Amino acid sequence: MENFEPEIVAFCCHYCAYTAADMAGSKRLSYPPNVKIIRVPCTGKVDAIHIMKALLKGADGVYVAGCLEGDCHFKNGNIRAAHRVAYVQKMLNDIGWDGERVEMITMSAGMGERFAQTAKEFTEKIRQLGPSPAKTAAGQAAVG
Amino acid sequence: MITAEQKPMQEIINCIAPYDRILLVGCNECVTVCSAGGRKEVGLLASALQLHFLKQGKTLDIKEVTLERQCDPEYVEELVNYMDQVDAVVSMACGCGVQTIAARYREKAVYPAVNTKFMGASERQGIWAERCQGCGDCVLGLTGGICPIARCSKRLMNGPCGGSTKGKCEISPDVDCAWQLIWDRMKALGIEKRYEEVMEAKDWRTSRDGGPRKIVREDLAS
Ligand code: SF4
Repeated sequence: MENFEPEIVAFCCHYCAYTAADMAGSKRLSYPPNVKIIRVPCTGKVDAIHIMKALLKGADGVYVAGCLEGDCHFKNGNIRAAHRVAYVQKMLNDIGWDGERVEMITMSAGMGERFAQTAKEFTEKIRQLGPSPAKTAAGQAAVG
Repeated sequence: MITAEQKPMQEIINCIAPYDRILLVGCNECVTVCSAGGRKEVGLLASALQLHFLKQGKTLDIKEVTLERQCDPEYVEELVNYMDQVDAVVSMACGCGVQTIAARYREKAVYPAVNTKFMGASERQGIWAERCQGCGDCVLGLTGGICPIARCSKRLMNGPCGGSTKGKCEISPDVDCAWQLIWDRMKALGIEKRYEEVMEAKDWRTSRDGGPRKIVREDLAS
């Protein structure tokens, strides 16, 4: 537990958070290597099932990073994503998990600092929450 | 379509807690359209149940199948090869689907994962509203295409009642008064005169009052 290094999946929108991550890189801003980025064309592409599958496969936390409100390249993909994240959070609470393992974050393409900052904050939050119950449970399932 | 909503998670969990191997069955028809029990919802529920039981230290073996139609025996037959590999079935279809499975696989417990709600239509993305109660003797031709049985809170055949206010029903300002809608529509169609005709008391024997209903088409049934 003390050496717990959370595994985090971040679904990042190509037009903002992914570019912000790039920006963080070129500015040499460090952010935790725990965060594994999956680039999506828009956060509106991220379905509840993608988040659930990430958790099933052992992610300790998942966040969806999209454009600032009103700035979505596809009009309202980020709003849809926020609704889906809220849906998954409720579902997790209903099954006895902690909905906080999942979060929606927004930023613009130029916010390299914000990307690095939120990656750190989320990683810390998940560190506090501890390892995924799917990992700690006896007989971790071989989920395909 | 027939609309449905997923049951509270805890209720579903309680139903399947005694079992290790579950067959979760969705339906490609109405419940897919109202996002309650199609392939997508089957996948979501399966992963949620797996996560729940993993936390309890139990690995749930859950098979996901979505049938073309769960209310037709031909499609339900497709489940036959799964039955010796599962302890219980959870259906995400409407009550018709659940019962078709129960009738075919008598030796397996079948649990509904959704509450079947009503026959309705989509108002917009994510919103469905009741439109028909299947009374068995359609009056839409007399009421301008708006059903007073499904949409008037009191099922009045000669409305509106005294509670109709500014086009809204007295039960809630969010509910349109069906009889206001009927009147507006009749006016638009230029058939207000028809409104004057008093509708006779409805014969409810064609509805549920005549007991469970059945349609027999001699030309098709062989
Ligand atoms: S207000 Fe209109 S819809 Fe409501 S009960 Fe009266 S007639 Fe029916």
